[in-house]
Amino acid sequence: MSAHEAVLSVADLKTTFSTPDGTVHAVNGVSFDLRPGEFLGVVGESGSGKSVTMMSTLRLIPMPPGEIESGQAVFDDRDLLSMDDEELRRVRGGKIGFIFQDPMTSLNPVLTIGRQITESIKLHVGSSDDDANERAAELLTLVGIPDAAQRLKNYPHELSGGMRQRVMIAMALSCSPKVIVADEPTTALDVTIQAQIIELIRDLRERLNTSVIWITHDLGVIAGLADRVIVMYGGKIVEEAKVADLYASPSHPYTQGLLESLPRLDLQHQELVSIKGQPPSLLAEPTGCSFAPRCPHAFERCHDEVPSLTEIGSEHKVACWWDTENGRPRVGG
Amino acid sequence: MSEVDTVSETADVGGPDAAENGPPLVRVERLKKHFPITKGLFRRQVGAVRAVDDVTFDIVRGETLGLVGESGSGKSTTGRAILQLDEVTDGTVHFDGKELTALSSGEVRKLRPRMQMVFQNPHASLNPRMTVASIIGEPLREHRSGRGGNRDEQIDDLLRLVGLDPIHANRYPHEFSGGQRQRIGIARAIALNPDFIVCDEPIAALDVSIQAQIVNLLERLQDELDLTYLFISHDLSMVRHIADRVAVMYLGHVVELASTDDLFEAPRHPYTQALHSAVPVPDPTVEMTRERIILTGDIPSPANPPPGCVFHTRCPIAEERCSQEAPEWRQVEGHWVACHFADR
Repeated sequence: MSAHEAVLSVADLKTTFSTPDGTVHAVNGVSFDLRPGEFLGVVGESGSGKSVTMMSTLRLIPMPPGEIESGQAVFDDRDLLSMDDEELRRVRGGKIGFIFQDPMTSLNPVLTIGRQITESIKLHVGSSDDDANERAAELLTLVGIPDAAQRLKNYPHELSGGMRQRVMIAMALSCSPKVIVADEPTTALDVTIQAQIIELIRDLRERLNTSVIWITHDLGVIAGLADRVIVMYGGKIVEEAKVADLYASPSHPYTQGLLESLPRLDLQHQELVSIKGQPPSLLAEPTGCSFAPRCPHAFERCHDEVPSLTEIGSEHKVACWWDTENGRPRVGG
Repeated sequence: MSEVDTVSETADVGGPDAAENGPPLVRVERLKKHFPITKGLFRRQVGAVRAVDDVTFDIVRGETLGLVGESGSGKSTTGRAILQLDEVTDGTVHFDGKELTALSSGEVRKLRPRMQMVFQNPHASLNPRMTVASIIGEPLREHRSGRGGNRDEQIDDLLRLVGLDPIHANRYPHEFSGGQRQRIGIARAIALNPDFIVCDEPIAALDVSIQAQIVNLLERLQDELDLTYLFISHDLSMVRHIADRVAVMYLGHVVELASTDDLFEAPRHPYTQALHSAVPVPDPTVEMTRERIILTGDIPSPANPPPGCVFHTRCPIAEERCSQEAPEWRQVEGHWVACHFADR
């Protein structure tokens, strides 16, 4: 590990799902560190393994059909993957908070907002009813919900999508977590409402010293939020870099392709270069680089040998046999 | 009607100068589509969702008009109403000089080959029990175009045209990926050699790396087949890429329409400005320094739209007048815009 002390350290995570068609290799050996106060973006398309990675880390995948085949996820000197269920329950929703894409599926429709927030506070912090109520109202105010005391009496369906997402954020913050995991938290929202939520997160980041893992398919959303970004493809990390480096000098052909295929609102008459082919089937364990069939630089080695994540610059890692900078196969590895 | 009637039969209604471009292929005038809200055993009407409320614009032959807006803005309803897939409540739609809204359903059906639709969800819009060949062949059969062996050849040509291998003609939709399924939907839409296609969120259900493939395909087909598109999308960045002109909808109204560059370089309506500023750009250096307009509040319900200007409840520059008087649809420095203060 580097000079930074990690809050969460995931090593060699492998997750599979058994399906009628065979075993899906959803996560194929993922390792990364999350640092204190860091905002880490995890980018990938559907099937890249970005959500399954985080859900496995917190043992939130359905098992079976899911199975965590190997790996460690060290949080507070304890391995989340091997601790007992009771201990894990205290960590989840306590020191690690969540925000999901669709608040309607994670909020209980028959309980008031207030009840749901206070339950969590009472469970994890052990506050009295009055203290928990007061804290819940404070939290709603913090996330920009006016008339907090009144709102606590509302049921989820009485709130708009944007308001429900604010409630989710309040719940995630309720026990002063060290880490918040947000899985596509703005994807279901309209763009002007997404802008409100992003502004709120930006503001909260400055006030609270929480680490955030933000999972998204949208390279636009995290450009202005993240400190560091992990790009996933075919169940593996293909590139990892500081946010400025990733966008200024993307090194994996997939990252490059993704950025070139993305239209930008601030550019005129931009040509879109599409990535050919389709995302990989995960039904077989990869024998080479999963991106090789779609990659413009792929050569023999790419089909035969899985590239490992290699440091190519300061905090910049890439898993690729092609050396983009010098336009030739990478030496060594 | 409380607002000033600014649109007449002959007026330029949100299109470029007619003298230069000839008559528009599609003309939409004062289009309204309200859905009744009913209550009780006898389904008494107690209100209406004003999904599209007085919308006027032209679509010029050969162009792509982008139609953008958030959920509930009425952009998809507008697309369906233009194609007469839903009965309109009021207003007119002309297609190539013929008033569709005055035609019988039989007469509209005769025009159907010339105006088609590509849907958002290629899973839901393709019959899972039909092979690709029969899905694409259906419109050919229905409109008696091509027979027997000739028809098979046509189907193969169509598959090649959209970048699919004719060898797969006898497979079923579920055997294809999302992007390939959308190609099948596009092949079906172009089968009868249409003039005009409404593309309703054609890339919204696709992965980012596949979206550019489909958009590039739509652009190539437009060139090769002389197509005119209405491209409905919530993705402003993609609309900026594909559209020649853009119309912005909010709560059933078109609030601004201009050439793509004018609209994005110098938006005049405060909603367009806010929408533009809300779209994240995949570039941290831009994101760091950007000025942001964050709108407060939520999008009101189209069942109960605010009086006056529908945007006034969230508008950062609204004044008292805006809550009382609906702004007229007028031209300001090359933009069509509905705002009292568009010329400030």
